[in-house]
Order: sequence, then C-alpha cells, then structure tokens
Amino acid sequence: MSRIERTFNALKEKGEKALVGFVTAGDPNPEMSMELIRAMCRAGVDILELGIPFSDPTADGPLIQRSSSRALAANVSLDTVLEITARLRNETDVPIILFSYYNPIHAFGTEKFYGKAQAAGADGVLVVDLPPEESDEMTGCWNGGTFCLIRLIAPTTPQPRMKMIAGEAGGFLYMVSKTGVTGSAGLDVSQAQVNIEHLKKITSLPICVGFGVSTAADVSALAAVADGVVIGSAFEKLIEENLEDSDLVTVMEEKVREFKSATRVSR
Amino acid sequence: MTDHISSPMPNDDTAGPQPDADGHFGPFGGRYIAETLMPAILELDAAYRRISPDVGFQNELTVLLNTYAGRPTPLYHAKRLSAGLGGAAIYLKREDLTHTGAHKINNTLGQGLLAKWMGKEKLIAETGAGQHGVATATVAALFGMECKVFMGIEDIQRQAPNVRRMNLLGAEVVPVDSGTGTLKDAMNEALRYWVGAVEDTFYVIGSVAGPHPYPMMVRDFQKIIGEETKAQIQEAAGRQPDVLIACVGGGSNAMGLFYPFLEDPVEMIGVEAAGKGIDTPQHAATLGKGAVGVLHGSKSYVLQDENGQITEAHSISAGLDYPGVGPEHALLKETKRSRYVSVTDSEALDAFHRLSRLEGILPALESAHAVAYAMEEAAARPATDILVVNLSGRGDKDLGIIFSTMEAK
Ligand SMILES: Cc1ncc(COP(=O)(O)O)c(C=O)c1O
Repeated sequence: MSRIERTFNALKEKGEKALVGFVTAGDPNPEMSMELIRAMCRAGVDILELGIPFSDPTADGPLIQRSSSRALAANVSLDTVLEITARLRNETDVPIILFSYYNPIHAFGTEKFYGKAQAAGADGVLVVDLPPEESDEMTGCWNGGTFCLIRLIAPTTPQPRMKMIAGEAGGFLYMVSKTGVTGSAGLDVSQAQVNIEHLKKITSLPICVGFGVSTAADVSALAAVADGVVIGSAFEKLIEENLEDSDLVTVMEEKVREFKSATRVSR
Repeated sequence: MTDHISSPMPNDDTAGPQPDADGHFGPFGGRYIAETLMPAILELDAAYRRISPDVGFQNELTVLLNTYAGRPTPLYHAKRLSAGLGGAAIYLKREDLTHTGAHKINNTLGQGLLAKWMGKEKLIAETGAGQHGVATATVAALFGMECKVFMGIEDIQRQAPNVRRMNLLGAEVVPVDSGTGTLKDAMNEALRYWVGAVEDTFYVIGSVAGPHPYPMMVRDFQKIIGEETKAQIQEAAGRQPDVLIACVGGGSNAMGLFYPFLEDPVEMIGVEAAGKGIDTPQHAATLGKGAVGVLHGSKSYVLQDENGQITEAHSISAGLDYPGVGPEHALLKETKRSRYVSVTDSEALDAFHRLSRLEGILPALESAHAVAYAMEEAAARPATDILVVNLSGRGDKDLGIIFSTMEAK
C-alpha cells in the first residue's frame, strides 16, 4: 500500500480530512525552507506538496509567482528540490508530492526525474501543464511502483472528461475549486461543494480541493465534503509577510495547526 | 516532409501538411496547458474545424481582407536595392501596406470573426511590438467587442505610439511588470487572465505559438501571404522564386509566406534576431541557440538554462524579443526543409536605413532583419535568381528607437 493510501485510511479511522500543504521548495532559501516544512510536519500537515520553482508559472497567481522567484534567486534547481525531499524522507513518513511545470522536468530528463524522485522518497508528481493527452513521456516511465501521477479536475471540466481523467489518475484527485490561477479571491464554497459531490459519483479516489482556500472557515466547509483540502498561497503569503521576522517558523507552525484543526470534522 | 501529414482540413484543396489531431508537428506542438483551459481549447479546436471551412465564414473573411485590410498586398520588385547589391533580384511582399501596418491583421480578422461566429464578445491578446495588440483592438472595434491587451512595461516604453493607438481604438492596455516586462511575460499574464475568464473570453494569440489549435489556425489565417505571392511572382517574373525570406519572432509571417510553398522546390530562410550577437547572452535566436522545451502551451525550441528555466531574450525589435518559437518551425528546422539564420540589432538598423533611402520604404525593425539577410543572400547569388522577402510591417512604430540610436552615434 502506498504512503498516500495509508494516510487516507488512517485519517478515515480518526474521522479527519487531509490537510495538504503546498510550499515552493527552497523558498526563501533551502535551509529556511527545511525549517518551515519541518514546522508544517510538527503541526500535523497530512500531505506535503513541494513546488519546483519555474521562471514562467502561468497557472499561478502573484504569491506563488513571487515564491518561485525567491527560490530561483536562491539558486534552487530540481536537484535542490530532490535533496530537500530526500532529507525530509529521513525525518518523516508524510507523503510528498512534487508539483511542477513540465519544462524543468523535461530539461532534467523525464526518465531520470522519475527514477530520482522515487529514490528521494517522493510519492507522486503533479505537473500542472501536462494534461493526460500529453503525458505519454511521463507515463511511459512508470515502473509498476506506487509513485503516482496526481491529476487536476477543473470546474470547467465536463463530465466525460472527468471520467477520462479519473481513470488515469493515481493517489488522489485534485479538484480545482474555481476557474482562475492559484490564490485567486472569491472562492465560492457552496459551488465547490456541489462540484465535489459530482466528482464523487464518478471516482473512488480520494478528492482534495484547493485554489483560493485561505481561512479556517473555508477549510472546515470544504472538509465537510472533500477528503482533503489544499492550502498554498495562504502559506506563501505568510512566508512573504514574515520574511524578516525571527518567528517565521513559529508563525507557520501555528497557522498549520489552525488549518489542521479545521479538518477534524467527524461525520 | 510527409512525416506530419494526417488528414488535411476539410473543403480546403490548397491544404498542405497538417499536424495530427492533437496538434503535433512531428515531436513538437501539442497542448501543454492547465486543465482549466483544456475544455476551452478543445472547444476552440472543434469550432475552428467546423466554422473555418464554412463558405459563409470564408466569404465574410475574404470581404474583410479585401475591403477592410487592403488585400491583396502588392509584390514589389525592389530594383534599386537589388542593383546596389549586384546579385539576385529582391521582391518585397508588402504586408506593411495593410490596414494597421503589419501582417498581424490577417490573423486578428480571422480569429475575431471566429470569435463572433462562436458568440464570444470579449477578446484578449498579448502584444510585444504592439502591432498584434493594435490589430486585435482594431478588430474588437470593428465587431463591437470588448478588448484587453496585455503588454510588458518595457515594451510599453519602447512602443509608446502603439499603446496610444490601442487606447484610441477603445482597448484597455494592461501593463505587465512580472519577469522582464516583455512579450513572454505579457503572454504569461494573458494566459493567467484567461484561466479566470475562459467561459466568455476569446484569447487571440498573435503568432504561430501557443497550444493547438493556435499554431495551425494562425498559420492558416496567414497563409494568404504565400498564396498571393505565388500568383504575383508568376505574373511579374513568369516563374516561381528561388528563395523565400522572412523574420521569425513567434514565426507567423514566416509560416504565412512559407506554407503554400512547402511542397515546391523553393529554399526557405527564417531570420531570427541575434540582438547584440548570438555569442553574447543578449539575443533572441531561439531556433539557432535554444533547446527543445515546453513554453506557453507547446513543445518547441526555447531559450532556457540547463535547469529548464526560461532565459531572457533580447532584440532591438520588440516583435522578435521572444524566447519561444512556433512548433511548425521547429519541425521545419529538424527536417531541414527551412534554414534559420540570425541578424544583429546593428545589421537590422543598417538595413532599415538602406531600404528607407533606396526604396522610400521604412520597414518595421522586425522586417528589417529579413531585409538585412536578404541583402547578404542576394549579393551571393546570380542575377537570374529571385528572392522574395516578407516585409511584414511598416516602421512608423519604431521611429522613437531609430531616432535614439541615431542620437547615440
Ligand atoms: C511587423 C512585425 N513583423 C514580425 C513580427 C514577429 O512576429 P511573427 O514572427 O509571428 O511574424 C512582429 C511581431 O510583433 C511584427 O510586428
């Protein structure tokens, strides 16, 4: 059984939903990033999503764009992200998903990436600009292991396409809460709930919902229907606002705790 | 050249090589985009395949091209320019004489009309030199549509007259300050905006770049350049040309000229911007110096570092200042059907002055790159050879830059 499956099973037993935490790996620099991610783990994050920085993140809003730029300015490459992953894997059993645009992976070598990501202890990868139609290079590298390709479903995705995507997905399905880039304002929680209910009818995979989730209230409303809630920009905002602050790590830990308690909605 | 042929467009007996159903030109092209955009891109593809062969659509477009854009554009024998070089004859395809002053209008009329047929009332576009922005704003005014044009702050500076033109036409120019503030960043921002507005907004991409069907569709709307050239050169010279030359930014004016000749015995040369020199970091020679990668929705050559981060392009001409290039050019390079060379900022400036003085034509700085290489090529060829250069646009928008380079001397 994969780490991701084990995590969802354990959460189910406890009557909890998954808190999926996204940060750009290496933001603001590799050492501080390690400290921040450790704090997230201490505070109870259930799944980590580590962003591989990219110069042209077209699906991301300003907060994640800037976090990507900070990491690039600190010379963070895909190699650095794999090192961070391997170090974390020595310390924690929390599933780690790498989150990337395709070009850095393509430049690294897709097959080499597949091997090294697994060796580092990553559990899956989500490539934002790689729809199933363009995934052959990626899926062709699959070696029968538990390393999975996480797929996105958007509010614009029609039903037959949802089925097609769900059929190719592994780990869990990432349901985009609204049409827009990451960190967009104006999350419509009740619409997202309706979309999740739709998706549940066509898949048995766990469903995690994200994009624009920024408050504990949003988290508990979404956790009531989804299997997990993804938080990204809200963490990047916190990092950005507390960059010079000596308690950045503590602030992060408290924030994760707050979101994590909002996922404890026994039904 | 048959390796990327699948089924040609229906009802189009002039069709040449086509990408596969998912927009792959050999190993290039495709659709590398976020899932939120996928349904819109698939809808666009289906709409384009359904609407573009429609006789009503074709007639409406032809009337607009002829009575509004000023087509057909002339093919002009540049005798004084040619004579001074002592070699082959140079003919100029005068896209600079179209309404709004560049080939871009061929494409925006096509996409704008498609948007109208699809019932979309909002247009967005990215622009570098501002020519595509102006051409999109023009079509939006013509069809009574709302228009937002994304433009890098660096380009807003160097192409100020075009910003005012877009405003006069009723478009909103959205300044983009991320990255280097040039065309690549404008396209990033247009894509981000589109992700949030995809349900009622049509994205008019300005070159043969982006996800499928854009590279194919934009080429189809531009191929009229080559089709007219074929008939006009036959009429003027009694035969077909030996060489076709066009500048390559994203590659749309070049694809438009080349495409109808792909299966003919004609040499093709695409001219990229060498900026301060292709051995410096400041150039935009994507096919010459880039590596295969994925940018803005398709796989093609890209200027990037060893970690797959996109690097800055540089060119004195805003329209060529782009680190990507259309996927069909990547295939033409790979199959060696076309050759790609580059010309520096200063060579382009010299060509600008030469054409202005010898022929009374002020070319766009983009087009001046093609003229510069054509001068070299013509000088090296016998007087019996014929070169056709795509004069993709006029130089009015560049006068500010031209004057400042003259003052700097
Ligand atoms: C006059 C002119 N020529 C050429 C270009 C480059 O684009 P493409 O390579 O798509 O023709 C531009 C772009 O703005 C332009 O304005």
